[in-house]
Amino acid sequence: MATLELRGIHKHYGAAHAVDGIDLTVADGEFLAILGPSGCGKSTTMRMIAGLETPTIGQVLIGDQDVTHLPPRARNVSMVFQSYALYPNMSVAKNIAFPLKARGVPKAERDARVAKAAQTMGITALLERSPVRLSGGEKQKVALARALVRDPALYVFDEPLSSLDAQVRAMARSELRQLHDRTKVTTVYVTHDQLEALGMGDRIAVMKAGRVRQVGTPKELYGAPADTFVAGFLGSPPMNLIAAEGKIIGFRPEGIGVSRAGTPVASDQFAVTARIVELEFLGSTWQIYAVQGAGEAAQKFIAHVSPQVVTTLEVGSDHVFTVPRAELHLFDAKTGLRVTA
Amino acid sequence: MRYVRKSGFYLGLFLFALFSVFPVAWMVITAFKEDSDLYNVDNNPFLYNLPPTLKHIEYLFTSTHYPTFLWNSLFIGVLVVVITLVLAVPAAYSLARLVGRWGERSGIAVFLVYLIPPTLLFIPLYQLISFAHAANTVWALVLVYPTITVPFCTWLLLGFFKSIPRDLEDAAMTDGCSRWQAFRRVSLPLAMPGIATCVVFAFALSLSDYIYAASFVSSTAARTVSAGVPIELIRGDIYFWQSLMAAGAIVAIPLAIAYGLLFNKLVKGFAATSG
Repeated sequence: MATLELRGIHKHYGAAHAVDGIDLTVADGEFLAILGPSGCGKSTTMRMIAGLETPTIGQVLIGDQDVTHLPPRARNVSMVFQSYALYPNMSVAKNIAFPLKARGVPKAERDARVAKAAQTMGITALLERSPVRLSGGEKQKVALARALVRDPALYVFDEPLSSLDAQVRAMARSELRQLHDRTKVTTVYVTHDQLEALGMGDRIAVMKAGRVRQVGTPKELYGAPADTFVAGFLGSPPMNLIAAEGKIIGFRPEGIGVSRAGTPVASDQFAVTARIVELEFLGSTWQIYAVQGAGEAAQKFIAHVSPQVVTTLEVGSDHVFTVPRAELHLFDAKTGLRVTA
Repeated sequence: MRYVRKSGFYLGLFLFALFSVFPVAWMVITAFKEDSDLYNVDNNPFLYNLPPTLKHIEYLFTSTHYPTFLWNSLFIGVLVVVITLVLAVPAAYSLARLVGRWGERSGIAVFLVYLIPPTLLFIPLYQLISFAHAANTVWALVLVYPTITVPFCTWLLLGFFKSIPRDLEDAAMTDGCSRWQAFRRVSLPLAMPGIATCVVFAFALSLSDYIYAASFVSSTAARTVSAGVPIELIRGDIYFWQSLMAAGAIVAIPLAIAYGLLFNKLVKGFAATSG
């Protein structure tokens, strides 16, 4: 158990700046999700935490100890890989025992701890099998068992669920979170999937192009995105962003009123007149694809409405879309940063 | 139906085994034949028409330098295998992990060296060997064979190491291994099939080479089986057939068995790492 602190971390590969100045503090026992698109530097950041890469500039501190130049084995960080990285030439039991063996733990204690870890993950029946023949979900459990068999100061997860089927993934997500709640070990979880980050993280750090754009609780990020990137990245579908009134205006697809063109608009409402391009049935709601303007200047957005409203709409013709001004998110047109009205 | 298919399978297997064993069996049968049995064209060549004899084998071991050749071949073979592994394993591993274009290009460059035929190389190599004062000794061959085995084995192992995911070594390092331990405990065992192939290749090459063995070594005491046996047992147009066959079979049969056992392990290794 320990805190983690990144101080002014840079990682340069020649002229390419994979990580371009990150300051981040993770509290003891916290679950921090690092969220970002591929190539944003999140994996490099994680590899620097684990010690697999050395920062070009900056420091990594685990539990107040500067570990910047320590090799991975001296850091007591457990890492779970996207590929699971199970050793194919060893049985499941030997895979789980490997970190203990590498640290010179005696055989009797090793066996006991492997049995316990296997029990925690519910894979006792698999211990003598070869990892090569396991299913994706089973491999993932073995990888987790190998990570938790020793008592690490820190877990780092590199997209551990991304190679699972959608159904198994949802299950694994809640299991992982429960595991964290039991063990209370500081965790850094790297993902490009906002559902994982929103669902599991105590806090989320959103990264883009080697920098952290915003850090906060899932609710903070969802409720008050710091810039247009964060706004356009969270939520499914994400926040609509359209240029209007000299700013970039953001609004969620939910809570949008739709009425026929020409309907008068109350002063506390923000209104856009746009053409409905398509209606999509999503079960409890309908999704409207709307386009304002034409050609180069065309701006698209999405609205969710109830089935009752849909009956009054017509594909191909203009409608007025209204959002209460209080629910708008305003961003600077140049910098993309959040501004207060 | 199943019975028919199964017996067909075994029949095929039997024919294949017969085909493989035939030349070796003929060698063994010939090695024990009396001259008058062997040279009578009316006799069935696969049967003993006169009682078998050990005298040609006795001749091979007492009146020729065959035991010296055997020892030299073994000595050279083992050393060449060791030198090959010591050079090729680290070379291949570092080329495989060297990211970017240069790793691949160097790998191809190394392999191209292997393609230069010995007939082109043996004259310049002879100069190098004389310069090293190694001519006419077993060391000449110990030094020369790696010029063939190292490039080939480096190229072969390069593929094996490349197929081992980096994640595995990263995992081993975060699991508590040093860089070296991660290589030794994870990557090296996974490359075992490739390394076994290299052992077989390097040993077989140093055993079967004729051109270097015949041109770099003229003293009998330093000759190998492949160069020494034909020189001692083919005199002018007289072939000592029985002793020649015995000399061949004595080397070939134990090797075939050893390779067979190794091959089993190889296949198991492949099965364990793939899939």
